[in-house]
Amino acid sequence: MSFFDNHKNLFLTATLFFVILTIFVAVVPALHNQVINAPLPSAEPLSEDALQGKALYISHGCVACHTQQVRNVDMDKVWGHRPSMAADYAHIGRTDIWRNTATLMGTERTGPDLTDVGNRQPSLDWNLVHLFNPRIVVKESIMPAYPFLFAYKEQVGDADVVVRLPEEYAPKDGRQVVATKEALQLVAYLQSLKQAPLPESIAALDFLYKREKKAEGTKGDDGAQELDGQALYVANCQACHQADGMGLPGAFPPLKGSPVVEGDDLELYIDIIMNGYDAHPEYGAMAAVGVNAGFTEHEVAAIINFERSSWGNNGKKVTAEEIKQIVDFVKLQAK
Amino acid sequence: MRKKSFLRFLCFALVFSKVSIATALERTTPYSYQWKGADLLLCIALLLAVVLLIVVLLVGEKIENVTKPLRKEVAKQEDKLRFHLKRLNSSQITRVLQHKRKQQGHTGVIISLLSGLSFSLLPSPLLAQQSAVTRDNLLQQGGVIITLVLLAIPVVMAVLILFAKIGKRLHTLDRQVRGEEAQEVADLLEKVDLQEIEQELEGRKAALDYQVETNSLSGTATAKDYRGLLRIDSNTGVQIVSVKKKAVPRPNIDPALSKMVIGYLVSATFWLLFGTTVGEYVGIKFVAPDIDSASWLSFGRLRPVHTNAVFWGWASMAMIGLAYYVVPRVSNVRLYSLKWGWYSMHLINTSVLLGTVSLMAGVNNGGGEYREYIWPIMLLFAIALVLTLINFYKTIARRTTREIYISNWYIVSAIIFTIVIALVAYLPFWQQGLGETIVQGYYMHQGVGMWFMLFTLGLVYYFLPQQLNKPIYSYSLGVLAFWTQILFYTLIGTHHFVFSAIPWWLQTVAIVGSAGMAIPVIAGTTNFLMTFKGAWFKVKDSYTLPFFLVGTIFYFTGSMQGTAEAFRSTNLIWHFTDFTVAHSHLTMYGIICFFLWAGIYAIVPRFTGQEAPQISIGAHFWLALIGMMFYTVPLMYGSTLKGIMWLEGQPFIQGVISMAPHWLWRAIGGSLMWLSHLFFAYNMYKMIVVPTPMDVEEEIVKKLEDKEISA
Repeated sequence: MSFFDNHKNLFLTATLFFVILTIFVAVVPALHNQVINAPLPSAEPLSEDALQGKALYISHGCVACHTQQVRNVDMDKVWGHRPSMAADYAHIGRTDIWRNTATLMGTERTGPDLTDVGNRQPSLDWNLVHLFNPRIVVKESIMPAYPFLFAYKEQVGDADVVVRLPEEYAPKDGRQVVATKEALQLVAYLQSLKQAPLPESIAALDFLYKREKKAEGTKGDDGAQELDGQALYVANCQACHQADGMGLPGAFPPLKGSPVVEGDDLELYIDIIMNGYDAHPEYGAMAAVGVNAGFTEHEVAAIINFERSSWGNNGKKVTAEEIKQIVDFVKLQAK
Repeated sequence: MRKKSFLRFLCFALVFSKVSIATALERTTPYSYQWKGADLLLCIALLLAVVLLIVVLLVGEKIENVTKPLRKEVAKQEDKLRFHLKRLNSSQITRVLQHKRKQQGHTGVIISLLSGLSFSLLPSPLLAQQSAVTRDNLLQQGGVIITLVLLAIPVVMAVLILFAKIGKRLHTLDRQVRGEEAQEVADLLEKVDLQEIEQELEGRKAALDYQVETNSLSGTATAKDYRGLLRIDSNTGVQIVSVKKKAVPRPNIDPALSKMVIGYLVSATFWLLFGTTVGEYVGIKFVAPDIDSASWLSFGRLRPVHTNAVFWGWASMAMIGLAYYVVPRVSNVRLYSLKWGWYSMHLINTSVLLGTVSLMAGVNNGGGEYREYIWPIMLLFAIALVLTLINFYKTIARRTTREIYISNWYIVSAIIFTIVIALVAYLPFWQQGLGETIVQGYYMHQGVGMWFMLFTLGLVYYFLPQQLNKPIYSYSLGVLAFWTQILFYTLIGTHHFVFSAIPWWLQTVAIVGSAGMAIPVIAGTTNFLMTFKGAWFKVKDSYTLPFFLVGTIFYFTGSMQGTAEAFRSTNLIWHFTDFTVAHSHLTMYGIICFFLWAGIYAIVPRFTGQEAPQISIGAHFWLALIGMMFYTVPLMYGSTLKGIMWLEGQPFIQGVISMAPHWLWRAIGGSLMWLSHLFFAYNMYKMIVVPTPMDVEEEIVKKLEDKEISA
């Protein structure tokens, strides 16, 4: 075509074609979305520390491995109680004139999604140990260690937050590892990552591609099928109490041979699972794992039964029916 | 006998097909992604069936051959004699005639039967083993599967031996039948009168012995090579590396332009070495996460250093450098401004250097992939693009050809589009909230498709026809690919955020666009392959064409893989896993890098008149190709398994554990790729820096001329 033998015609046509398409698939949708969406009323603004922590999160490139988006597919249910929506990101603006908006949605999930990690793993102690070296608490983890966020001190002051390291990882010269301001800010940011509840008038999006409910069967009357207690343990408890039930000396108590696990005080046991525990100064505080994860009595029973029958433990088995009352009671206490 | 053995084969076939059906039936339970032992067995059974089929076909053919003479009607003795006499060769005729002239002879025959075929070799445990297979639970045990495989090996071996034996027997039979016939004819010949056949045989012998003189066509004059067509290779020993054609030095390349292009290519080589050294190190961190504990070396900071260095430092630099040669050449004019070219190069180098330092110091733009450099740093790169654009545009405006060659369509458009993309993505006063993500999807994919892919295609449209010494197959296909690439590629950005909070319709548009990409990809691939057509023989003579070929193949497979990944169903398995990493290496490495290397090896020897050793070019090619396969295949396999584990709701850490061996393979493949870049750098050094050994002939002429002057 002789029309395109003229360079002005050719390159102007191509540019216009590209620019028009760009306007329709990128510019207009982006402008539209940044205008129509407002933050949820329940969304809490980041504290000063959390904001600093977010800057550290960006600076260390955590987004390379951690997403912050719960997709509306069933497999993403483990990362949040509802799919993420545009409103969840609406409060995030440009960092400053030099740096762009950081929604930190990410495109790689080499590590877990962090949309709701503040609910899932709120423990300060665990987060500090994990940042110091992730392999202390999760043996198979390939996450980088961040020892440069910690300081070694001979004299620990009152304001210092000591990292509860097991002996083999603790400094051999008797010094203590304390968290720097940066480490505490980063943890503050992680703890702030919680999915904001939706207003009652709005229904959450559906999770698509539902899985066959073969593992969640006990809700029927027959009660023949049991939940996989081990899977629940791995997903919710193992990070601290470890696969061998031994916990981490100096950080997290063992469940093997634990009087709470093997004993008869079901109320205490369930209360710990649901609402957390901080009775022993030698160990870190436990977060309200069960309440945060929204455990049902079936899930609690499965975990109790797994813990009571593993690592040489030999406790009495429980059924969901017999603990239902306690679970409901304990849940009330949480509020 | 034939029927009997065929029945046996049928039995085997039936047994195996029954097993296959049985195992298939066991899987009628609702489909889940879990890999079952039955699947493996099905595969093994299928493999066995294929092997058996081939063996059966081979044996069948053999039987056919052997029984042919048996089935032939017994011809009249006279005809038989004539038949064989006509087939005698010259020396046989001489011997027959000698013999007949002396008149001598003798006999003897043995016949044996075929009944002794040792079917006893067939092991009955085969059937016993297969009948036990019906039990579902057994089949899924690893130990059972291994046992079955182990058992199958000797069974297959036995079957193969059986057929070998049958073949041997048939061969013996064949010899016997032919021997008998030979004897018969010999006997006849014995009785025949000499005069009766002498004349005929003598005549036949004379005909057979006739030979054309070796010089009957060429005459006796000495050959003269007036056009220099002959290439005499005096090195006739065993060749370890095959000899490829030398690059032909071309006249009329402005030395100043050569110098600038080489400047670009040397910078590119540096950034390739640097970027992939970082990449290699980052890959090792998946296997050894505690290898260091410095903040500026931590994974999150080094990963963008790697991607940006190879994007903006290596690939962009090499592309622009090659384009500085291509654009003026296809416009048939000199470059508008060499000085601006040098400015662009310095700006890009500065940009990547500053970007690298700032990323390692923890200063980045907020985490969008390939958008990690903050805008003041990216601005330098953008200025370089603007300078290059004006330079190219003015060069094209002054062209002496009527039409604008297709290469320049692609190259100049790529630069214009990339400036648009950079403006959209970097203008610092918008993109709040989700707007950032929508633009990020657009930016990262246009960066790949409108910058690297479009630009490189433009280079290929020049270099491939040039290296094949024939025109591009179809100009129109190139034009079709150009417009459809713009139409579809612009749409596909947000397919990186399928199932995210981005509007559903936008995701769907991106998926549709991804499917539409089949048009430009198939058009482009067809165009390149059809250009190869009729010149395939050149591939083995050239060290640049294999790079083009690999690039073309991955242009098709890599790009179509991208389409496959964009669907919602495949997003379920592959999104967020290392599959994306494997895909980006298949494309950025398999397509872009291979095409760029091809262009570099094609052009640098023409600038400098010096070539790299073929053995190190070969090492570069094979290490890069094999390394890339080791890198990508385990990652794709492993991340598919990982995606399935996520679908099944297994704990996240299980996926990490299952990736461990695949990450190790990735590190191994990455090491090979990295090694190939060392060879590439060495080749660049050989092509540019090291002078070739003294050319004796050139020296002789020079010495003569010197004498002339001094005399």
